[in-house]
Formats: sequence, structure tokens, C-alpha cells
Amino acid sequence: MTRILGASAVLVAFGVAIAGMVMAIVGTRLRRADIVRGAYTAAYVNFGLLALASLAMVWALVTHDFSVSYVAQVGSRSTPLFYTIISLWGALEGSILFWGLVLAGFTAVAVWRGTRGTHGAAHADIERLMPYATAILLGIGAFFYLLLVMPANPFRAVFPVPADGPGPNPLLQNHILMGIHPPLLYLGYVGMSVPFAFAMGALLAGVKGGAWIQLTRRWTTAAWMFLTAAIIAGMWWSYEVLGWGGYWAWDPVENASFLPWLTATAFLHSAMVEERRGMLRVWNLSLITATFALTILGTFLTRSGILSSVHAFAEGDIGYWFLGFIAIVLIFSLSLVAGRSDQLRTEGRLDAVASRETAFLFNNLLFSVFTFTVLLGTLFPLVAEAVRGVKVSVGEPFFNSMTLPLCMALLFLMGVGPALPWRVAPRDIVRRELAVPAVLAVLVALAVGLLVGGGVYAIVTFAFGTFALAVNLRQFSTGARARMRAHGEAPPVALARLIGGNRRRYGGYLAHIGAIMVAVAVGASSAYKSETEATLRKGETMSLRGHTIRLDELWGRQEPQRFVLGADVTVLRDGKPAGRMDPRLNFYQTSEQPITTPAVRSRASGDLYLNLMAVERDGSTATIRMIVEPLVPWIWAGGLIIVLGALITVTPSRQRARRSLPVAAPVRPPLVPGAAPARPLVIADPDTRGAAP
Amino acid sequence: MNWRRAAIATACAVPIVALFGYGMTRNPRDIPSPLPGRPAPDFALEVIRAGDGSAGGGLQPGDTLRFADLKGEVVVVNFWASWCLACRDEHEVLSSVAQLYAGRGVRFVGILYSDRPANGIQWIKDMGGQSYASVSDHRSRAAIDFGVYGVPETFFIGPDGVVAYKHIGPVTERVLIEQIERIRPPTLTTQ
Repeated sequence: MTRILGASAVLVAFGVAIAGMVMAIVGTRLRRADIVRGAYTAAYVNFGLLALASLAMVWALVTHDFSVSYVAQVGSRSTPLFYTIISLWGALEGSILFWGLVLAGFTAVAVWRGTRGTHGAAHADIERLMPYATAILLGIGAFFYLLLVMPANPFRAVFPVPADGPGPNPLLQNHILMGIHPPLLYLGYVGMSVPFAFAMGALLAGVKGGAWIQLTRRWTTAAWMFLTAAIIAGMWWSYEVLGWGGYWAWDPVENASFLPWLTATAFLHSAMVEERRGMLRVWNLSLITATFALTILGTFLTRSGILSSVHAFAEGDIGYWFLGFIAIVLIFSLSLVAGRSDQLRTEGRLDAVASRETAFLFNNLLFSVFTFTVLLGTLFPLVAEAVRGVKVSVGEPFFNSMTLPLCMALLFLMGVGPALPWRVAPRDIVRRELAVPAVLAVLVALAVGLLVGGGVYAIVTFAFGTFALAVNLRQFSTGARARMRAHGEAPPVALARLIGGNRRRYGGYLAHIGAIMVAVAVGASSAYKSETEATLRKGETMSLRGHTIRLDELWGRQEPQRFVLGADVTVLRDGKPAGRMDPRLNFYQTSEQPITTPAVRSRASGDLYLNLMAVERDGSTATIRMIVEPLVPWIWAGGLIIVLGALITVTPSRQRARRSLPVAAPVRPPLVPGAAPARPLVIADPDTRGAAP
Repeated sequence: MNWRRAAIATACAVPIVALFGYGMTRNPRDIPSPLPGRPAPDFALEVIRAGDGSAGGGLQPGDTLRFADLKGEVVVVNFWASWCLACRDEHEVLSSVAQLYAGRGVRFVGILYSDRPANGIQWIKDMGGQSYASVSDHRSRAAIDFGVYGVPETFFIGPDGVVAYKHIGPVTERVLIEQIERIRPPTLTTQ
């Protein structure tokens, strides 16, 4: 019953999506608003249908209805409820269903926001592009619903009905982050469909102005926020579960999530240049298209199994379907961008080398090179095999040596950019803005170089990190101080109102601060990581970098779905117990390899990471790997701050929520960036434009 | 709509799609291996670290290890790197099995792949030593000759110099002993 309900909902959704697409296009051609409205209704209906299908699947999972093929594949009576529910996205078919749900939800929200209310000067443009954007979103949806009907149908019948199932992949039921990382990734990935649809809609409708970018920027920021959170959560999961003490390995699928992030980040910056100066139109469209294409590419790489990856658990036979879809997306969007780019003539031009525009251009250049490098490294094995017939694998050394200089340059640029005003940066302003941060950076470089060492990259990371941090913090302090002077506000009030008054700008700076934290923490944890391994008897100790641990006890425990072996370890400081840790090994019936649960003791200065490598059969000894990684918690904290910054940016500010969009209002550049005149926040600061919904 | 530009853009998309299409016909885990059944390529590589035990064969850092000198013995060649995670998993097993067969007509050689000798030496030290000697593969000559596609890879070469088996990924004790016993001349087992 559940099975038939879910299968029919998906089938109907496919039909409705196709019908909606046709209605949107035909209605626009015939200038019949009533037909176009049918397409909008289709978007809402589809969301309802996909929600129904997903609920049916969750119900089937929770009630262990093994007559449903997906449940028979991933369900198990012994799996805890939480992991049973999240196994909705634990394997191929379910994850496509979840993808469809998220896409249908986004489509409904995009249609709702795009067709309700007035959009000020851009209203007419938005009204014209909405039907096309809706058609494209429904078209993307139709592809995924087709997958659910044909090759990735999770609602197939199983007969005879098995009494129990194997349960989800052990790696996926070992940590609570599996409930967070995949949905965030889908929200980020799928969210990128909306900006793409708006961009293509603008091209199809022949909308000349920047209406699409007004609509798109917030969507892209929101999707980017989810994607950032997903990547950080994925790193965290890998760190907490895989037991090698690392968080990033340049695996093809990690790269797949990183690539659209790179292009989206580039877009978030270059979009400002378009809004401000009317420049980079074609470029921005290309970035949005690339971002969307890369999300589909990423899914293709994960699902088709054409590249070897640790993420092989979600593979299936749908590679050719995705291949066809990639072909359609690429041909459609490339030909549209190329064929229609004439209508996107650039208005502005670069006035001076030292200006914020230039900083953004460099930012985009670096992000493009970064994207290309990662893409090349990811696809090179495929290219090499196609061209020369040889199997190669591109490992960490390639990615690290290629991307580290880019990261350094971006870190530096993150410091320079916010300090430069638009159009022209007079030398004295540049000097005043950058002098203190530069001096701080040199001092930090000297201190790190003389006291700690660790190689050129580590020193440069700390120096550039300090520089960028100082510049970005300075934006907050000068702004807040100006408010305190002008309005007599207390410091926290001034800071809160400063941020609230220009959410986009200060959200951006906050995201910078988070990114700097991540960069420095990644740099430090790789440069100063040290590890050792020893086999200990009970009562024996091992030490590394001032940390000492003692093996106290070894134990075993049968849990419903697994057998757990653990080691009780005491952390010693000056010979006295200072804490306890318990690294574990989990044995699942369905997996030959044990899955580890490392124990991590986090302090602001860094992590002590213990992984139980092996336990002697008689329980006499345990082999433990001990890793000391400085500053790792700051990666997670920095990630949270980036997400917070993005959240501030996308939240509509209350007082301006009803204001209309100025589309091409001439903008006066601030004479002194950051330092605000008497009524600084709305009037003198042109960045506020973008904060309007 | 500028159709000429659109056509050019479409033409640009074709090779990308074609590449993925080609990729679909390939299995990344299916590694072509022309080597088994053929003579192993010759090599002469500089020893970067002597073995800890008798499995080291008396080689000292700076010596040149020639494959030709090992003819008549079973040779287990292991390609590894300090940046390779899977290599950690097999390290212990390799070291102990090498020691088990030391002086019994089986020689183990570790070839450091795409890595600096200093990193390799430090890695062995961190991992608690290694019973057999390691050599450095300058400019990846040997890796190219052996057709190494990634590390770790382990080659089992019989006394006749012919590659009998190639193992991809970390080896286990069972694989090592099985493969060695398969190619070891029976006369030696009586020792």
C-alpha cells in the first residue's frame, strides 16, 4: 500500500512536471497568463507529491516494510530508529528521492517568491523571466522524477518479502553527522538549480537588466551557505569516523562538492561588480551555469562510478541517464550563453588598478584557476585513459602543491579587498587601511618563523591570516566606532546595528573571518601534525608532544547491530589523570573491515586524537595511534562563522523588507571605506543596495 | 540569438560529454596488468634505508640495489609513499612477513614512489622501523616500468625473474604468504 502510494506520487509528479513545463512555455508564447499560472500551480503540486512520496518511504523504513525494494536494500530491524530514518539518503534510490523532494521544495519557494509581491523597478523583467525559470526548474525536476520512475525506483516490489534486511552501510550509521552532512549537501547542491534557472530564464526572456542577479544573489548565497556547511560537516565526519586523523583527501567526490563551491564563491564576489558597475554580465552568467553544471557533474561522478572514490556507496546504473542529462545541460546552457551574450553588453569599465573591482577580478581569476586545477586533477585519470590508454591516479601531492599557492594568494586578497574602495583607491587611504595589518603580519611571521618554524607555507599562512583578519576586523571596529560617536551607542549595540544596517556587507566580512580561521587552522594542523603508534599493555603509557596517555582497560560489548571493542584510556598531565578517552572498533555483520570510532579530545590549542588500530585476541594488548593536531577545532568554528556570515547576509533586514529594488541606480562610491560619516549606514554606504530582497 | 556562436559553444560541449561517455565504458577498479607472466623490468636504485633485520640483505644506505643481483630469489617489490594512507595498513604485515622469510630465498624491496627520501625515512621511523631495505625511485623510472598506477602496489617475482602476481592496495598476511609459497621453489621449503 505504502509502496503503491509512493510510486504513484512520483509517477504523477513526473507527468505534472512535464505538463507544467509545456504550460509555462506555451502560455508565454500565446501571452496567456492563465496558462502560465497553471505552470506555477504545477510547481506547488509537485512539492506536495514529492513530500508524500518521501513520507511514504520514511514510513516504509520505520515500519520495516521489506516489500519495498529500497527498504529491503538498506533497512534492518536491528538498526536504531535515527539511522533508519536517515537511511532515506543512505543509498542511491533514496538519495534521488530526497533530491527530488528538495528540488520540488526549492522550485515551489522560487515560484512563490518570484510571483508574489512587487519587485519595484525590476518587476516587469522578473515577470517576464519567471515562466522560463519555472519551466527550467520543472525540467530539471522532470529528469529526477524520471530517474525515480525508471532506473532508480525505490518503490519496486520485492517478493517473497524478506524477514529482515542488511541495514545501511556501516560507515553511514556510525555518526550523528550522517544525519546532517547529506541533507546540507543536497540543500546546497540542489539550491544551485534556482540561480541557474533564473539566469537561463533571463537569457530566454531577453531580459537585459540586472533583474536576474537581484533574484539570484540571495538564492546563491543561501545555497552557498548550505554547501559550505555541508563541506565542513563532511570534513568533520571524515575526521571523527575514518580514523586517519585527516579531514580532506582530495577524493573525487570531495572535489565534486568543492568545485561548485569555488565557482559559487567566485560568483558571490563578481555579482557585486555587476550590480555596482554593470560589468561582468556574461562572466556571471557563465559562473552560475558552471556552478549548476558542476553540481550535476558531481552527482554524475558519485553515482556513475566512473572514478574510484571512497564514496562508492551510492553508486548505481544510472550513469548513462546522468550523462544524457549533462549533455543536455551543457549544450543548452553553453549555446544559450554564447548565442545571447550580445545582448549583455558591458556598461562599466575599470577605472584604476588599485580599486575594489580589481580585487574582485583577481579573486575571480584565482577562483577560476582553482576550479580548473581541481577539475583537472579530478578528471585527469579519465583523460589520460582516454587519450593514452593508461591508468593514472592523481594524489594529494598534486592537489596540495597546486592549490597551496592559490590559497595563500586568496588569503592575502581577503585582506586587501575589503580595504580598497570602489573605482579608485587613493594611496593614502590604502596606506592607512593596510599599514597596521601589514605590520602585525610581519610581526606574526617573525614570531612564528623564529619560535615555531614549520616551513614557509606555515609562516606565510599565519602572516597572511593575521593580515586578512586585521583588515576584516577593522571594518567592524571603524564602523562601530563611528556609530558610537554619531549616535552615542554602547559598543555591542553599535556593532549589532552596524551589522543589521548592512547585513550583506558585514555578513561578508564575517564569512571572511571564518574563512581565515579555517585557512589558518588547516595550515597549522597540517604543518604541525605529529603522530605515533604503539602497542600497549594495560597500565603502559605512550607520549607525544607533551601528551601522555595510559591504557587502562579493554572491553567488548554486543550491541543490536554491531559488536564494539573499546579501550579505556586515561590522559595524564604531570603524571596525574586529566581526562578519559575511549577509542573504539565496531564490527558490523555486513562488513569485513571493522569501522573505527576514534576518540578526540578537543582544546582550543588543538586535538589529541586516538585511534584504536588493533586489539590482541586475548585482550592483553592494544595498538593505538596517537595524533596531535594543533588548531583543528578552529576549522569547525571557522566553518560555523562562515555559515553565520552567510546567514546574516541572506536574512532580510526588517526595516527594508518592503522597500523596492533599485535596479540601476547610480551609485556614489564611498570616499572613505569603512569610516562612516555622521549618518553612515544607509546613505553613504552603497553596499546596502544589495541587502534589499 | 547568434546561432554561429551557439553552435561553437555546443561543439565545445561535445568533447566533455564524449569523455564522460568513454569513462562510462571503463571500470576504474579494473586495472590492466600486462606485467604478470612477463619478465620484471630491470632496475638499479639507491638504497635510502637499510633493513632493521636480516631481511635487509646487508644493504646500506647509499648502496645501489640492482634487480639483476636478486635473480634466483623470490622478490617481493612493494611500491609505497609516506603520503599514502593504505600503505600504513600494510606496513606492519610486510615487515613481519619479510622477516619471516629472511634468509629463505625471499627478498623484500620497498620502492618509495613520488616522495622525498627524507619523508620516506621519517615515515619508516614513525611507523616503528621496517625489516627490509627501502630504495628511492628517482624520477619514478621503476614505477613507470612496473606500470604502477597508485600506491600501494606489490609485485611478486619468481626466481626466474617473471612477475607472477600483482597486488593492488594494501596486502594482507594471507596474500603475501599464499603468493610467496606459490612461486617459491620447493627445494627451499625443506630448509
